[in-house]
Amino acid sequence: MHAIPWGVMVILLPLVGAVSCFLWPRRSVPLGLVTALGVVACVAGLGWQVVEQGVQRYAVGGWVAPLGIDLYADGLSWLMLMVAALVGLGISVYSSGYFNRDKAIQFWPLWMFLWTALNALFLSADIFNLYVTLELLGLASVALVALAGGADALTGAMRYLLVSLLGSLAYLLGVALLYHSFGSVDIALLAQRVESSPTVWAAVGLMSAGLLLKTALFPLHFWLPPAHASAAAPVGAALSALVVEASFYILLRLWVEIFPLSGTALGQLLGLLGAAAVLWGGLQALRQTRLKLLIAYSTVAQIGYLFLAFPLASSIAWKGVIYLLLSHALAKAAMFMAAGNIVRFGGHDRIADLDRVAQRLPLTLTAFALAGVSIMGLPPSGGFIGKWLLLEAALHAGQWWWLIVLILGGLLAAAYVFKVIGHAFTQPAVTHEARAVAARMEWAALILAVAAILLGLVALWPLALMDIGLPFVGNSTG
Amino acid sequence: MNWNAGLPLLILGSSLLPGLVIFFLPEERVATRTTLNLAGAVIKLVLVGVMVWGVFHGHYYETRLPLLPGLDLVLRADALSVLFVTLSSVLWLLTTVYAIGYLEGSPHRSRFFGFFSLCVTATVGVALAGNLITFLLFYELLTLATYPLIVHRGTEVARRAGRSYLIYTVAGGTLLLVATVWLYDLAGSLEFTHRGFVAELVDTHRVALTAVFVLLIAGLGVKAALVPFHGWLPQAMVAPAPVSALLHAVAVVKAGAFGIVRVVYDVYGVTVAADLGVTGPLTILAAVTIIYGSVRALFQDDLKRRLAFSTVSQISYIVLGVAIVGPIATIGGLVHLVHQGVMKITLFFCAGNLAETLGIHKISEMNGVGRRMPWTMAAFTIGALGMIGVPPLAGFISKWYLGLGALEAGQGWVIVVLAGSSVLNAGYFLPVLYAAWFKSPPDGWPAERSFGRSETAWSLLAPPVVTALLTLAAGLLASAPFSPLQWARFITGQEFLP
Repeated sequence: MHAIPWGVMVILLPLVGAVSCFLWPRRSVPLGLVTALGVVACVAGLGWQVVEQGVQRYAVGGWVAPLGIDLYADGLSWLMLMVAALVGLGISVYSSGYFNRDKAIQFWPLWMFLWTALNALFLSADIFNLYVTLELLGLASVALVALAGGADALTGAMRYLLVSLLGSLAYLLGVALLYHSFGSVDIALLAQRVESSPTVWAAVGLMSAGLLLKTALFPLHFWLPPAHASAAAPVGAALSALVVEASFYILLRLWVEIFPLSGTALGQLLGLLGAAAVLWGGLQALRQTRLKLLIAYSTVAQIGYLFLAFPLASSIAWKGVIYLLLSHALAKAAMFMAAGNIVRFGGHDRIADLDRVAQRLPLTLTAFALAGVSIMGLPPSGGFIGKWLLLEAALHAGQWWWLIVLILGGLLAAAYVFKVIGHAFTQPAVTHEARAVAARMEWAALILAVAAILLGLVALWPLALMDIGLPFVGNSTG
Repeated sequence: MNWNAGLPLLILGSSLLPGLVIFFLPEERVATRTTLNLAGAVIKLVLVGVMVWGVFHGHYYETRLPLLPGLDLVLRADALSVLFVTLSSVLWLLTTVYAIGYLEGSPHRSRFFGFFSLCVTATVGVALAGNLITFLLFYELLTLATYPLIVHRGTEVARRAGRSYLIYTVAGGTLLLVATVWLYDLAGSLEFTHRGFVAELVDTHRVALTAVFVLLIAGLGVKAALVPFHGWLPQAMVAPAPVSALLHAVAVVKAGAFGIVRVVYDVYGVTVAADLGVTGPLTILAAVTIIYGSVRALFQDDLKRRLAFSTVSQISYIVLGVAIVGPIATIGGLVHLVHQGVMKITLFFCAGNLAETLGIHKISEMNGVGRRMPWTMAAFTIGALGMIGVPPLAGFISKWYLGLGALEAGQGWVIVVLAGSSVLNAGYFLPVLYAAWFKSPPDGWPAERSFGRSETAWSLLAPPVVTALLTLAAGLLASAPFSPLQWARFITGQEFLP
């Protein structure tokens, strides 16, 4: 058990799954589901190793850095892998009921490929490898958005492709600059070697700008709502819950480990943009008349929260932000799935006409409501824990103005969530008709939403995991 | 986990688990649902009985679950929490019986009773919370669990009331959250402690403590319907009668009032609060609310709306008793927590009976209704007289102690408020009683349903009769052991005596 390289398996397994789904398209659903379960098992195995033995490092092919590809797993990367595995399993189960045969043949290889790229990204130990995984992730995502067909989806996908390429390109330029100056792309080595110089600043600027574009931080969020809302529901779930947060993860690694700049004016700027995203995204979500767009704008707002840690730059703030990220992944995936069920059942997602649909899908509605509780940050939920830690960090740092952003963001979230939920309590005649929605699609959404709530009751455990590898200690002020 | 650590959790579970099961029951499984509801309510009552006995004999019940590093979720039974838990579990049983009768044959009953159970779970959690963050958790849960009950009927009016309820309570919850984080940042602890835990900070952080106090009271005042945060309550009366009963007597407004008691006694401590100079304004706010609610009640023709404004007024008696600062006033405030609950629930049950049986919603339709429904109106009369403060009913005891306490604390002006409020209470209740008993009935009722020889269904009649008897007993037997009054003395002894 000790010797098994679970970290490598976590990447290889979905890759094998992608290839086999491609080779045997008729069997893609069972193949995909088995792979999903396998990935969860491998991530669990890796978790056991990380807890027992501490940080894991693998030199793939026997070549070590700076020449070879290193994989690296600390508590943070494991948490990201785990939440991706849970959401990924949920999406797999959901998709097995969602797509018809033609679409399924196209969906499964791409989805497995996306998952491979995602896991590889979370395990990458060098900035070039991160670039490669980021690019793969972007391409898989674009293809999945286009899968939905129709003019909206294709326009969304096209715009997404351009943004994605632009973002990666900027990031790659930054990588090249750093490699040129310091002769390494390994995060740990760079962290020791980097010192302030115009080249480094240019590199920071390029890499951050590229990642901000991919993370859709206000005002670079314009591409996100159309792409996420026009995609098929499970794809929207994967994009909003996982893909966007992957680029944030890279940003976090860079800022915390390579360039400790967070407390500076640049950090304040990111915080301000985050605050603007929280408010703007919330307001836009409230204004939407279509459910999936509402959820997509909610993602814009929730991403804003993540950037509030940069000006605070304390260990509590980082942990709070990661907690928000984890619970957002679970909750937002549940929301997109719930929306998918509603669209499937009622044929539309106009919020004003949800009355007749919502009441006949009580499990789906419950899933939406519970996910909403976490998004609003009400206790007990993962969202609450994250928000509490951020509030604490803001007060501790004496930067009380972030408090106002957090509070207003929560109120806006409550407003747009209840705008939807209110429709469940109207009085259409109750008729029992055959359901067009598969039970597993309802349950997948519900279980993810419940997980987002439960995350609020087991906070000690993830918080302790974040300390493995101590990514936040060197940089902490609080 | 041993018995003493498990009991608070069991008491929560006795309504949480049936509630969760009920959500998944098909609509037509009436017998299973009723059994689950009643079994949960009875088990809770028995467990609470055990707890009351234990607390009186000095046992210590505490459940502690880690939430964050340095912060736990704590459920603890002290004398004050037991007072509220007992009130809510007794009245929950009665309200459940009532609701089963009231909603017979109506749609969405599984949803209704599921949220009903969650609502009581949240209330009990509020009562048993051993620190401010646990309190906050259940306080927010209460908001979420009550909303579906208020909009249960699904009409446009109900949805508007629900929206208004949410706007008020979510905003209130947010203020409470800010205050809680701030307090945690200042004091490093949130555990409820006798005489408070902020005494050391008074000299160094006066302004911050005062600001936190204001935020806390504003956050709690929304649910306690303190003026000017009371706007949601009269609107919420569109909810079905058992919900209004629960809302006004047990759950929501009581949770707010109870929270204010907790903040003044176990977060700040009365002496610290008085030293900060915040109890004076709180007394004035309570007095204003008492008079304002009564005056507004005078002008309502809708029976439930009149009762709702009466609640606005009566809940502030509790706040008043706390804010006056003195042992006797405290007894008055605490005992009113129970008395108001028992009396107001009687009135709402009766209002529901009138609406269900005869279709009466307005006071102008109540002429001679005493002859048609003597038992209901007898219970209503006892409740109303109790509210006015006629001896020997429960409300008299509350007002007596509040008045004495005000004199003792040298705040004689409060007596004027109390007397004025009693006159106003009489002003809005006595005409109702007069019309019901002495005016001649009309030729036909708005929408009469026949229940054979009895005046209405027994499940609708028994609960108000029982609570009316409790109103009588709480006054007559005020000096018997384990009466609300004696328990309030027991609590006050812990707060004031060395």
